Amino acid sequence: MALFAVAFIAHAIEVAFSVRNLEEKTKFDFTRTKRSGDIGTVMIVLGFISLLVAVIFRSISAERVPWGNMYEFSITGALAFTGAYIFALWKYRIKWLGLPVAISVLLTLGTAITVLYVPSAPLVPALKSTWLVIHVSAAIISGGVFLLANCIAATYLILDRYEERGGRPGWALKLPSLESLDQLTYRLVALVFPLWTFAVIAGAIWAEAAWGRYWGWDPKETWAFITWVAYAAYLHARVTVGWRGRKAAWLCLFAGSTFLFNYVYVNIWGTGKHTYSGL
Amino acid sequence: MTTNTELDARSSIRWLWRQLTSMRTALILLLLLGVAAIPGSLFPQRTQNPLAVSDYFKSNPGTAKFLDQLQIFDVYSSPWFSAIYILLFVSLIGCVLPRTFEHLKGIRAIPSLTPKNLHRMEFHAEVSEGTLDSAEAWLRKNRFRIRRDAHSISAEKGYMRETGNLLFHLSLILILVGVALGSLYGMKGDAIINVGERFINTPTSYDVISFGKLQSEKNLNPFTITATNFRATYDLVTGAPSDYKLNANVANEIGSTEKSKVVRVNSPLTFGSTKVYLQANGYSPLVTVRDKTGEIKYQGAVIFLPQDGNLTSVGAIKVPDMQPQIGFIGSFTPTYERAEGGGAISSYPEVLDPRLLLSIWTGDLGLDSGAPQSVYRLDTSEMKRIGLKTLKLNETHDFGDGSITFEGWTPWVNLQIVSDPGKMYALLGSILAILGLLMSLFTRSRRIWIKEIQSKSGVEVAGLAKNAAPGLENEIASLVNKMKG
Repeated sequence: MALFAVAFIAHAIEVAFSVRNLEEKTKFDFTRTKRSGDIGTVMIVLGFISLLVAVIFRSISAERVPWGNMYEFSITGALAFTGAYIFALWKYRIKWLGLPVAISVLLTLGTAITVLYVPSAPLVPALKSTWLVIHVSAAIISGGVFLLANCIAATYLILDRYEERGGRPGWALKLPSLESLDQLTYRLVALVFPLWTFAVIAGAIWAEAAWGRYWGWDPKETWAFITWVAYAAYLHARVTVGWRGRKAAWLCLFAGSTFLFNYVYVNIWGTGKHTYSGL
Repeated sequence: MTTNTELDARSSIRWLWRQLTSMRTALILLLLLGVAAIPGSLFPQRTQNPLAVSDYFKSNPGTAKFLDQLQIFDVYSSPWFSAIYILLFVSLIGCVLPRTFEHLKGIRAIPSLTPKNLHRMEFHAEVSEGTLDSAEAWLRKNRFRIRRDAHSISAEKGYMRETGNLLFHLSLILILVGVALGSLYGMKGDAIINVGERFINTPTSYDVISFGKLQSEKNLNPFTITATNFRATYDLVTGAPSDYKLNANVANEIGSTEKSKVVRVNSPLTFGSTKVYLQANGYSPLVTVRDKTGEIKYQGAVIFLPQDGNLTSVGAIKVPDMQPQIGFIGSFTPTYERAEGGGAISSYPEVLDPRLLLSIWTGDLGLDSGAPQSVYRLDTSEMKRIGLKTLKLNETHDFGDGSITFEGWTPWVNLQIVSDPGKMYALLGSILAILGLLMSLFTRSRRIWIKEIQSKSGVEVAGLAKNAAPGLENEIASLVNKMKG
């Protein structure tokens, strides 16, 4: 029980950090944004660490890996998303994404700890398998990176709209060029597409061991397939003349929305073999 | 003079083929495939949940009939869905096979000639201290394929990218082959057995069985399974199941030596290429029905179907040998509790305080009518209800025409028996697909050229990254540094 409490507190701290990051970044004056941007980044990293601690504590309190219900998926998903952001931050210049990342994580965690919270409980028998670690972690990590790519694609479309109409507004002047946004989206998707493919296949292998068939068009399987096909279409789009840039960005958003749909709708309202603890 | 610019038949077909195998068509077909899969997840599907489909028909008969004509309840085996993925595969094969031949031809080829004008290349630099020899040394060390001419070098690296790309696409075909084999030669069936009973793998033992189009009943692997013990453990606080364990004695054939095995949800039994999975479980109450003289007219376990997570189960007991015929609609609650509203429900899935609630009917069971009936439901159209009683364990109720005793209970398990001869190909295809993806997405394909400058000493260096792969700048910088000494 004490472990729950610690997990809770770690969460609360994490949320608080994200809020501070938000505040730091709403300044237009570019001479001061560097400093507040750096503070924001530090906050996000600290937030990531405390969220990691929270997830670990949840894991200890439930005596298993923490992905068996919506609450746990949400906190792990937020962790993966933040992790993807930090990883991309290290490799590329995307500090400007800190604000939308912080807001999304805040919303996810907020929903998680208020609406989705369930006490730690053991897994149902069907989930007691090593595949849980492999399949679900691959899916969650892929999701984190896909959603990050989606944020960048969305930024592309917003800035594209502005540029078409005359020019970028003040707050957007220091953001990267459309070309590099497009490239970055592509690199992130290309990077994680093999992992997502693996997640789907690992799911199929596990399904064969647990349910007797490796593919049964169960709603979650179907939507994972749709997400896969949509991102495959995105990858094809980028090597098709006339589909780069704007159309590709829309395709990326569409693909990401199928992933979110899978997460929200199928888990809560779908009926099939993937609905377990009621939530 | 006018030129006829219309295409004739042959050219038209060629044009159509080019369109079909183009990237753009592939893109559109991929999107179509994704969108086409959506209805299957929003409407109940016959293969997954036939009861939900018939419920849909009951609640929305008009819409259901319309949707059925569009095959919305069988999306994944429908002609229109199949058309999309078949077209997609034709497009894939039509594009990938020629590219594979091209690639195989070119895989040993040396890089093409250095272009005359290197200034327009993505990366371009002049290195005054550079020589062709030092450049070649660096290129060899970095495993480029080199073509050295009199005054220039053309180098290329990253052939694996195309190999990986082709491998990925070709393995999709292998997956399709695996899926097709499984569906043509496979079989799948469900059977419920009570603990203590033996299951023999023959068609009559199944509750549901289906074969692939090219498979027949005669090829069933003749194994037997005798369920000796079943134990489900539940979390004491939430009532959620925490483990299912079935002990069974299995034999490869009737009469051969039996082995004791344990079946769990994630570890099925294996008999050759057939696997047996533990799917569901429930309770069968044991009853004895006697007539007025005390003669036993029915005795045994009756399978009841669970209705909720606490295994409140319902079923029917039919006694055709009594005159007049007697039927019972029953509700079995492993741990009895009075619900709000007065009904009886189970509050915990283990048998801690069992009750059997019965409504007693007399009349014609309808078993001789020729129409099929569910074993779990009573057709009361020709029957009259004569009593209602809740029985505790070992209690007997006399309903006038006879009596019924609630003797006990036994668990039953639902076994799913599946044979899928194509799944290994599908698995192999998937693994190769991932390998191909990794190779293709992580290999960078690029070219570097070095040309001696005519007027003075030194060389110009140029590079081109195919598919806009990153890292070329760093590579060239490294080369330049090496040349500078």
